[in-house]
Amino acid sequence: MTDELSAEEAIEPPPPDGIPQPQQHFRSRFGGLKGAIAPLLTTILAFFMGGLVVLLTGKNPIRVYKAVWDGTGLNWFVHVGHHSARVPFGTAHMWFPWDTASIAAQNLQQTLLVTTPIILTGLAVAFAFRCGMFNIGGQGQYFAGTIFAVWFGSSFNGMAPLLHVLLCLVVGTIAGAVWAGIAGILKATVGAHEVISTIMLNWIAIWVGSYLFGQGGPLQNSAQKSIPISNDIFDGAKLPVFWGLKLLQGLSIGIFIALAMLVVYWIVINRTTLGFEVRAVGFNPEAARYGGVSVARNYFLAMAISGAFAGLAGAVDITGWEYRIGQNDIQLGGSSGIGFIGLAAALLGRNTTLGVGFASLLFGALINGTSGRQLDPSIFRPDLAGNLTTIIQGLVILFVGLNLGGVWVWLKRRRRA
Amino acid sequence: MPEGALLELRGITKRFPGVLANDNVSFELRAGEVHALLGENGAGKSTLMNILYGLYTPDEGEIFLHGRPIDLGSTRAAIEHGIGMVHQHFMLIPVMTVAENIVLATEPRRAGVLMDYDAARRRVRELSERYGLLVDPDARIDRTSVGQQQRVEILKALYRGAEILILDEPTAVLTPQEAKELFEIIRSLTGQGKSIIFISHKLNEVLEVADRVTTLRRGVVVDTIDAEGATEEGLARMMVGREVLLRVDKKPSQPEGALLQVEHLSVVDDRGLEMVRDVSFEVRAGEILGVAGVDANGQSELIDAIAGLRHVSAGRIVVDGRDMTNADAKDTLDAGIGHIPEDRHRRGLVLPFSLTENLALHAYRHAPNSRRGLLNPRVMTARARKLLSEFDVRGGAPATPAFALSGGNQQKVVLAREIDGDPKVLIAAQPTRGLDVGAIEFVHRRLVEQRDAGRAVLLVSLELEEILSLSDRILVIYEGRIVGEFPPSATEEELGLAMTGGRAAA
Repeated sequence: MTDELSAEEAIEPPPPDGIPQPQQHFRSRFGGLKGAIAPLLTTILAFFMGGLVVLLTGKNPIRVYKAVWDGTGLNWFVHVGHHSARVPFGTAHMWFPWDTASIAAQNLQQTLLVTTPIILTGLAVAFAFRCGMFNIGGQGQYFAGTIFAVWFGSSFNGMAPLLHVLLCLVVGTIAGAVWAGIAGILKATVGAHEVISTIMLNWIAIWVGSYLFGQGGPLQNSAQKSIPISNDIFDGAKLPVFWGLKLLQGLSIGIFIALAMLVVYWIVINRTTLGFEVRAVGFNPEAARYGGVSVARNYFLAMAISGAFAGLAGAVDITGWEYRIGQNDIQLGGSSGIGFIGLAAALLGRNTTLGVGFASLLFGALINGTSGRQLDPSIFRPDLAGNLTTIIQGLVILFVGLNLGGVWVWLKRRRRA
Repeated sequence: MPEGALLELRGITKRFPGVLANDNVSFELRAGEVHALLGENGAGKSTLMNILYGLYTPDEGEIFLHGRPIDLGSTRAAIEHGIGMVHQHFMLIPVMTVAENIVLATEPRRAGVLMDYDAARRRVRELSERYGLLVDPDARIDRTSVGQQQRVEILKALYRGAEILILDEPTAVLTPQEAKELFEIIRSLTGQGKSIIFISHKLNEVLEVADRVTTLRRGVVVDTIDAEGATEEGLARMMVGREVLLRVDKKPSQPEGALLQVEHLSVVDDRGLEMVRDVSFEVRAGEILGVAGVDANGQSELIDAIAGLRHVSAGRIVVDGRDMTNADAKDTLDAGIGHIPEDRHRRGLVLPFSLTENLALHAYRHAPNSRRGLLNPRVMTARARKLLSEFDVRGGAPATPAFALSGGNQQKVVLAREIDGDPKVLIAAQPTRGLDVGAIEFVHRRLVEQRDAGRAVLLVSLELEEILSLSDRILVIYEGRIVGEFPPSATEEELGLAMTGGRAAA
C-alpha cells in the first residue's frame, strides 16, 4: 500500500479491558497545538531565505530585520518599564504606562490598521475553505464592500453618527456577501467552479469601481472634477479612533471588529449546525448528502458568508482610516491587494481561528515594517524592503503548499529506511 | 509440490509509534506454492508484505532469497529480486491502454526516444497467452472491468520479471465468477513455476486456492499449516483466538405488516441508463429481505432511490404507509429509513470528523444535540460515549477522527448511528464488505437483533453466503429486474444461476 500513514494499516493494539484507546501517536503528530509547528517552521524558513537575499544585496540581514521589527511597532510591547519620572529626591521607575505617544506606538497603530482587513479577508478565505471551496475573489468582495461603504458614507449627511457608520458597515458586508454569493449560486446550480467565477467577479468589481470613481463617473468627487477619486465620507460615518490622532491615521475600533469576527468565526464553525454542515460538505460532500445535508444550499451559504467577511473588510477600511477611495487604489489593489494577502494568511493559519489571527498580524507587520514610512532608509532601501516582504510572502505560500510537515515526516521515514 | 524454501523471512519485527505491527514474524515461501497469509484487519499482514515489497524497512529480522540474505530498501530492489505485488487498490492509469500500462516505466523504445507500440503489444500478447491471462492490449483501462484490470496488474508484475507474486486481498473487488477465474489463473501461474503469497481473510477462498496457510494475529504468527485437512472453523479460531459462529444463529421470522413497499419502480443512473426496471417488492416488519445479484445490476440505484439520494423515473416508494417517492434524504431519514451505505469511506463517514461528529451526522439537527442552530457538544459527546461502548467500538474515544479506526470499528460506528436513529426500515448495503470474521459476526448478530426488534431489514449483498445465512426471503436482481424469489433454503447454485440471468422468474 502506498498510503502507509493511514492508521487503518497499523495494528489495533489490544485495548485493556475495553477502554477506548485514542490513536495517540497520530493525534499528537497532527492535532492540537502541535499543528502550529509546521506553520512556524515555514515562517522561520521563509525569513531565513529572505535573509539570504538581503545578504546578496550586501546588507546585514540581522540589522535589516531589526529595523523592520522596529518599523512594525511591535517593539512597543517590550518598552515596558523603560520610563522613569522625576519625583522629589530622585527618580521613580515606572513600570507602566507604555508611552502611547512614542514612534513605536504610532508604528504599531499602523501595523494594526493593516492587520484588521487581513484578518477579515483571511477569515473569508478560511470559511470557504472549510466548505471545500477556494475563494480567490476576496479582493473583488472587498471592493464591493468598499464601494458601498463609500457610497453610503458620502451620502446621508447629518445622519446620527453611530447609525451612519453602522449602516456603512452593514451595506458593505451585504455587498460582499452578494458578490461572493453569485459564485456560490453558480456553483450550487450549474457546478461552475468557484475559482474561475470568483476571479472573473474580481475583474468585474475592479472595472465597475474604476468606472464609478473615474473622471465623470457617478461616484466621482463632486468638488474636484479632474481627480478620479470618490467623495470623502462624512464624519458621522467614520469609526471612532481610540488610539493615536485621527489626523495621523490613528487606530480605529475596526481592530476590535476584526477580533470579534475571529470569535464569531470560531463559534459558527465549531458550535453551530450551520458550521457542522459546512465542514461536513467540505470534507465529504457525498457523506453530507447522505446525512441529509443540502450540499447546494451550503455551497451558497458558505460562499455568501465568506464574501460577507471580505465585504466587511472593505467597509472597515473605508470607515476606519481611508475615508475615500481612488480609481488608482482599485486598479493597484486588483493585482496585489488585501484580498490576496488574506489568502496567504488563511493558508499559513491553516484556516483556524488563532492561525488566521497570528498569520494576519505577521503579514500586517511585515507590510508596515518594510514600508517607506517606517523603515530606516540608512539600513535598507525601503523599496527593496517592500520586495523583501513580497519574497517572504511568496516563500511562505510556497512552503505551505509544499507542506513542510509532510516533508519532515517523509524524510524521517527515509532516514529510518 | 516442490520442497525447499525459495524465500524466507526470519524474525521480522516492525514497530510503529505505539504499535508493534510485526513481532518476531517468520514466514517461508516454497517455490511453486500458493501460500496464504490469513489474519483479521490489522493483524499485520499488510505490514509484513510491505516489508517484503520494500516499502517498509523492518526494525529487526532478515530476508533470505534462495538462502542468501537480501536487502530490500526500496520497491525497485524488490522488483529486481523478482518480487511483484498486486495491490488491493489498483495502480493503473485509466486513460492509457492495457499495453501502455503494462510496459510503463520500462517501455520498449525505437530510435532511443520513441515508444515501440508494436513491440509493447507483442510482448503483452505473449505474456497473456503464456499464463492464460486474457486481455485486449489496446483496450483503455477505464473501459475494462475490474477483473480485467486485476489481470493487467498481474501482467505488469510478470512483465517486470516477477517470480514471486504478492496478491493483496485480490478477491475483495471481484464478482464470484471473476474470483473463480482468478483461481484458475493462480493455478496456471504456479503450474509454470511462479510462487504466490495470497493475502486474505476469507476462509473458503484460502482453503480453495492455497497449499499452506500462515495465520497472523496481532502481529504474531499463530501457526503455519497445510491447507489440506484444515477447516474453516479451525482457521477462524486461529485468526480470532476464540470460537466464532460462522453460521448466524437466528429464530424463524415473525413478519408483520409491510413497512417498505416498492411499486413498479424504475430508476436511471447518472449516464441516463435505466438501471432499475419496474421493480416491486415489500419488506415487512420483523423480516430480513435479501437482494442477491452480481455487482452493478441496479442494486446501488435501487438503494439510492429508497434512501432519497436519487430521483426515480417511475413507480412509488411507500414507507410505513407514507408516500416517500422522490423525497429528499433528510425527509427520508425523518420518515424512518436507516441506511448502512455500501461504501463507508465515500458515504458512510466523514473521515476527518471525530467519532462524536460522525455519530451525529443525522441527529445533529435535532434536540438535544442542537437547539436553535447551536450545537451542544456536551450532549453529543455523552451520546457518542454511550454508543461507542454499546457497540463495542475499539481504538477510539469520542474525539478520535474516524480515519484512525480499523475498518471493522468504522462499520460499527455506522451501524451504531443508523440503529440509534430508531429506523422503521434498515437498509444494509454490503454491510460486511472488507470486514474480518469477528466483525462480520458482530454485524450479522446486530442485524438479526434489529429484525427481532420489529424493524424491516433490506439486505443487499454481493456475498451469497451472507444473503443465505441472514435472509428470511431472497430476491435475485439481474439487469435491473427482480428475476426470482427464493426461500433461505435455496442453494448457492440456484441463486447463482438466477443471478446470471439463467432462469426466468420463479
